[in-house]
Amino acid sequence: MSAAGQGTAAASGRALLDEKVRAEIDDWVRRFPPERKRSAVLSALRIVQHHNGGHLTVPLMDAVADYLGIEPISVYEVATFYSMLETRPVGRHHISVCTNVSCMLRGGEEILRHIERRLGIKVGESTPDGRFYLKREEECLAACCGAPMMQIDHVYYENLTPEKVDEILDRLERGDE
Amino acid sequence: MSDEITIEIDGRPLKARKGQMLIEVADAHGIRIPRFCYHPKLSVAANCRMCLVEVEKAPKPLPACATPVADGMKVYTRSPKALAAQKATMEFLLINHPLDCPICDQGGECELQDLAMGYGRDVSRFAERKRVVPDPDLGPLVATDMTRCIHCTRCVRFGEEIAGIKELGATGRGEDMRIGTYVQHALTSELSGNVIDLCPVGALTSKPFRFRARPWELIQHEGIAPHDVVGSNIHLHTLRGRVLRVVPHDNEEINETWLSDRDRFSYEGLYAPDRLERPQLREGAVLQEVEWETALEQAAERLKAVVAAHGPEAVGALASPSATVEELYLLQKLVRALGSGNVDHRLRQGDFGADAAMPLAPGLGMPIPELERVEAALLVGSNIRMDQPLLGLRLRKAGMRGAEIMVLNPVDYDFHFPVARRLIADPPGMVRGLAAVAAALARHSDMAPPPAVAGLVAAAKAGPPEHEAVAESLRRAGSAVVIVGAQAHASPWFGALRLLAGYVAQAAEATLAELPFGANPAGAWLAGAVPHRGPGGRPAEPAGLDARAMLEQPRKAYILLGVEPERDAWNPAAAARALGEAELVIHIAPWLSEAGRRWAHVALPAAAFAETSGTFVNADGRWQAFAGAARPVGEARPAWKILRVLATLLDLAGFDYDDPEQVRAEVREAVAEAGEPAGAVAAVALPEGAGGGLWRVGDVPIYAVDALVRRSGPLQRTVHAVDAALRVAPATAARLGLAAGERVRVRQDGTMAEMEVVIEPRVAEGCALIHAAVPGSEALGPAVGPMEVVRG
Repeated sequence: MSAAGQGTAAASGRALLDEKVRAEIDDWVRRFPPERKRSAVLSALRIVQHHNGGHLTVPLMDAVADYLGIEPISVYEVATFYSMLETRPVGRHHISVCTNVSCMLRGGEEILRHIERRLGIKVGESTPDGRFYLKREEECLAACCGAPMMQIDHVYYENLTPEKVDEILDRLERGDE
Repeated sequence: MSDEITIEIDGRPLKARKGQMLIEVADAHGIRIPRFCYHPKLSVAANCRMCLVEVEKAPKPLPACATPVADGMKVYTRSPKALAAQKATMEFLLINHPLDCPICDQGGECELQDLAMGYGRDVSRFAERKRVVPDPDLGPLVATDMTRCIHCTRCVRFGEEIAGIKELGATGRGEDMRIGTYVQHALTSELSGNVIDLCPVGALTSKPFRFRARPWELIQHEGIAPHDVVGSNIHLHTLRGRVLRVVPHDNEEINETWLSDRDRFSYEGLYAPDRLERPQLREGAVLQEVEWETALEQAAERLKAVVAAHGPEAVGALASPSATVEELYLLQKLVRALGSGNVDHRLRQGDFGADAAMPLAPGLGMPIPELERVEAALLVGSNIRMDQPLLGLRLRKAGMRGAEIMVLNPVDYDFHFPVARRLIADPPGMVRGLAAVAAALARHSDMAPPPAVAGLVAAAKAGPPEHEAVAESLRRAGSAVVIVGAQAHASPWFGALRLLAGYVAQAAEATLAELPFGANPAGAWLAGAVPHRGPGGRPAEPAGLDARAMLEQPRKAYILLGVEPERDAWNPAAAARALGEAELVIHIAPWLSEAGRRWAHVALPAAAFAETSGTFVNADGRWQAFAGAARPVGEARPAWKILRVLATLLDLAGFDYDDPEQVRAEVREAVAEAGEPAGAVAAVALPEGAGGGLWRVGDVPIYAVDALVRRSGPLQRTVHAVDAALRVAPATAARLGLAAGERVRVRQDGTMAEMEVVIEPRVAEGCALIHAAVPGSEALGPAVGPMEVVRG
């Protein structure tokens, strides 16, 4: 059984996943029963995105679909649902500023506006130099005790002030050079 | 009955089965709970929340579609708490739903509109902006207005669970969630139109029907779909005598609640530009419009002249397998009354060697729903998914339950069910393969193969392990079926395949199913539209020529009923020769094609599908009568009336029918008296395998099977409408030195055609798939036969 009419891209898709990527995906596939192989889709997308410089493409998603034996649309559904998966090129550092209730009461929206001003971009955009990506604000990231907070890449920054944000961004900019 | 429990809904004590959902029990007892995402044929999603009801002891309202019943449960569907929950849900659903009912095709038959009348507020409290969603292009059949979508996901679940090909999905989330394909492409499922019926709002509507009429202006008529042996029950919707759309009519025993796209959208072909509106008569080189009286008199006079000059056997009649029982009966009666036995409806069949041994009529051999419950199936020359879409759907259900479905085909077709074993072979290889399966079964059976194929079975003694496994699987299964499909009928050894399949089924204690093309092949056999048997299977006197012989041994006069031999004949080149040279061709059909225009001497406009009454006999032997729903175009008349008058003008007795029911009763009577026919068949031998040859296999694509569907614009714009090309496997291409995209000339049986090379790994080695009945292959010879590629 195959996804008729959509198999053309998939045929060449497997080649897009190099040996290292396939080995990593296989590691996840092994954790599920064989008939539940599709459960590895989330991990597979994370791995593929990581090896593709931070975003997914349609050919890559098709390759994952082919590799796991599921229809491409099922992969698109997952990739577009989760906010940690990107389906277009974005900046290197992913900034998510929380503006949910606790953070909002403690100035989260000002923090967001400050970052927008400093980077010269709006939520959802990346800086032209490809350094920063200001993600659409996340819902609560479960760090209310440190509100206002933001997440950059995999790190939480809490009790933010505009000055503190500048410091963090300065440090990231320096680190990149 | 230990799992029977009692629950109470709105104060009524009701019996229920454990594990049933509340909504099923309520539906069964006529208690109406509002719903959008729930559908009895689909999995439970519980995402629309419209069916919230109050359940005693539950702290919050529960969705009736996802709440299993429990003994003693007390449910209130109309309590203040339940109504408040339902109304609140409705308010949320309407937040983003546009108020465009006046320009929405769903208006008037919209589940959301209906329920909003009962549960909606007069005025919205939502003052913010509504969301707007871009509309994806899903191809020529399904129109989209995704801003109207309420995310019930019925369409998504249909693709995944029923059609077996998930093309639509829900991407994004929250307010950004949308239903679509993500990457733009047209829907490819042969059942895609069902999402139109499933969609509870106007997000997915019929593209051909778009803006053509409001539902309340339409008149609904019952009908039977005219393209395959399923005989799907349909509703025809007409406005001022014209068919504007076709929708399914639920019948659990036949089509459930579904309809194939072919049955749903073929009506668009009714009003094609080459519709024959007035009778035409050839005067010298040109066809001229004439009065009915003149046309019929001329037809009778010229036919009489042919009979007088050349004898009655110079007359041949070819009928569509989708003609009605009444038409087929009258045609054979007319031809036989003239003294000729040449009448047949099997234009696509390649071999008639087993005719004498055939049962009364082909069919599934079991009630259609039983197909869901088989444990093993062997498809012999069948692309059941495309040839008989709703039987394919039933077989898919069996496959998803674990049935072992095995195929013996010249092309490794893309099925929507798991295929346990694939035997892909060229035409003689298919006969040998089936003989090998028969040989494996013969070792375990005390039944001997029929003498005609005993030699083939004996020669296949040392069967390969794969064939052994097929035999084993059929033998072990509690209920198994051997399905002989349209590709088998086109084989020049159909007789052998049919006899072998019959033996395989017998020896494995399986059911034999024979599924030819057309809506009424069973009716055609019963009505006597075969050369060797009259109505009810009585031996015909005189026995005549079969469809293939009638064209290969040209007759002087032909009567064509609803057929276009340039597309419908097994050997279009032979058909063109025979018809081109005939002294008289009487063409009785709703349309007159370019080729028909060249060879017709008298063209009589017949009422088309939906315009005439009649009867089809479907795969499980059901006689389904239907009435005319639409007004015939121009001066078209029902074909049974044309045949009746023609017979009278020919001075033939016994044609004084006042209505088609009298005709049907006569056939019924003949069938009631029928015994099981028996006859001997000559032995079949295969040519010794001369390696290195190339076989044409010409299957008929789903939207090329008959004159009506070939004229349906929307279906002809789908991906399934393909022109002829030379489709070969990579190894075959390499052996012949063919490159993809190259244009080559194909020579077959003295004919020639030019076409493009397409590399398709699914085609058996040594075969070239050149579709029959499509543009580009009209000039070629047999649908299945030897061929060669000519360079330069």
